[in-house]
Amino acid sequence: MREYLDFEKPLAELEGKIEELRHLSDPQGMNIAEEVAKLSEKAERLLHTTYAKLTPWQKTQVARHPERPKALAYIEGLMTDFAPLAGDRAFAEDAAIVGGLGRFRGRSVLVLGTEKGTDTETRIEHNFGMARPEGYRKARRLIELAGRFALPILTFVDTAGAFPGIDAEARGQAEAIARSIEASLAAPVPYIAVIIGEGGSGGAIALAAGDKVLMLEHAVYSVISPEGCASILWRDAASAPAAAEAMKLTAEDLLRLALIDAIITEPLGGAHRDPEAAIAAVGKAIEAELGPLLLLAPAELKARRHERILKMTSEVGA
Amino acid sequence: MSWLSQYVRPKIRTLLGRREVPENLWHQCPACQQMIFHRDLEKSLKVCPHCSHHMRATAAERLAWTFDPETSVSIELPKVAHDPLRFRDTKRYAERLREAREKTGLEDALRVAHGTIGGHKAVVAAMEFAFLGGSMGAAVGEGILAAARLAVLQQAALVVFTASGGARMQEGAISLMQMPRTVLGCGLVKDAGLPFIVVLTDPTAGGVTASFAMLGDILIAEPGALIGFAGPRVIEQTVREKLPEGFQRAEYLFAHGVVDRVVPRGQLTATLAQVIGLLTVREAA
Repeated sequence: MREYLDFEKPLAELEGKIEELRHLSDPQGMNIAEEVAKLSEKAERLLHTTYAKLTPWQKTQVARHPERPKALAYIEGLMTDFAPLAGDRAFAEDAAIVGGLGRFRGRSVLVLGTEKGTDTETRIEHNFGMARPEGYRKARRLIELAGRFALPILTFVDTAGAFPGIDAEARGQAEAIARSIEASLAAPVPYIAVIIGEGGSGGAIALAAGDKVLMLEHAVYSVISPEGCASILWRDAASAPAAAEAMKLTAEDLLRLALIDAIITEPLGGAHRDPEAAIAAVGKAIEAELGPLLLLAPAELKARRHERILKMTSEVGA
Repeated sequence: MSWLSQYVRPKIRTLLGRREVPENLWHQCPACQQMIFHRDLEKSLKVCPHCSHHMRATAAERLAWTFDPETSVSIELPKVAHDPLRFRDTKRYAERLREAREKTGLEDALRVAHGTIGGHKAVVAAMEFAFLGGSMGAAVGEGILAAARLAVLQQAALVVFTASGGARMQEGAISLMQMPRTVLGCGLVKDAGLPFIVVLTDPTAGGVTASFAMLGDILIAEPGALIGFAGPRVIEQTVREKLPEGFQRAEYLFAHGVVDRVVPRGQLTATLAQVIGLLTVREAA
């Protein structure tokens, strides 16, 4: 069963009808096949028009879609010879951030991702993609490891944000994030970040201060969740759609503001409708960005990365 | 004397005179509710003489308290485009900015000056909480960078007083990008072998804590200051349990190994001078 979002209701009805017809064992099979074909065409048109003009709030829903491919799906889909690595060497293993070594197009790389999980069990295991300090400290450790072995770094970002918990604060959540950013900026190797779903605030930037930041077409990237922003500025979480609009959190907005480098087109109806195609598109986009970066000497690479970040003031695109 | 001062002034005076306690002479401590005479409050650097509560200070006060007398020079901070997103919530961001500027006399939530602390060269950046909660947008990011570059240029220590609710939501992802930008800024100071000291004051939260504020070579917190990543209310709503006593306060952070010292305001300047001296003057004269 596909999960439909609120704004996909007409689509749900149409596709429901198609399914129904398909399961009808009618002697006049020909007519049914014709009807199914007609409805399918209509559904595709509807899907096209719906997804061509998603509002920022609708994109937020798509970015959070439970069936959207998660970080591990990209890692499994794009890596061969994946060797997971774990632990911050100080306190614990945090499964909200997954990482390890693997080969991307034959080349040895370090990969990191915030993993939300795909069902109740794995969502709890990965704490819904909300990392604690251990997660960011593991990330930092692995980023430094990549630097020592001259391995490019690929990150897949999909998180509502860092975990806001008592234990997380007690163990220095802010410091862990800051150090992960610092390590990212200092890495002497190519660093490509892909925002695959939600790019939530500090928890996202901890793994996204790289040379190139790519965003999936329906991903969102923001300083605070629309709900959080609405409850602070509108004093009403129900104003989240307005906050999503105002914050300019879509891939298009971020590209226009020159805060990301490219948008990766999703399959029609969003990555969740065709995860394989979405993963392949991401692989292609990473490959295209990685090539030129591999030609740069570490000092040049870092200088350009820093230049890229230093330009991100409000003069850009204002 | 103009008709205005003759005519209008006395009227204002009579209005004020009717008040039992003129608010400019007596202040009430928000912690213990006791009244404090304004001169005593000035002398105590806005620390309550009754209960030692550290009241919030302005950026101007921070600079005045920190530098050796008559050594400091304020610098003008780089201008950035205002309101890049044309943001509007219940009010326009442009309007909120205008009000904050009127209220504080500042362009944005940061003041930077250079001078000496105990004879040691220093650049001091102080965040202004009264300016939109000290939130960090492009202007604050730019200001921290400017302070860092100035410190490198002058071969001076960089001291930052933080007071911020976090990133400035009205600048969307641009404010988020100030996290890596300011991390780069303090990196310039560290790479130059100069001390980078952060004084965490009440409150310091969100994107400010999770970027340059936690990266100081030395972290000092003021007593009782609220310092954290997530706000206490958000945490309470997420974990649905009561927060422990003193949670996210300076003393709690000290006990958890997050800061080097908790230093009362009256000893801050001396502590800064001492630490900068120990880090930079390797052989005492």
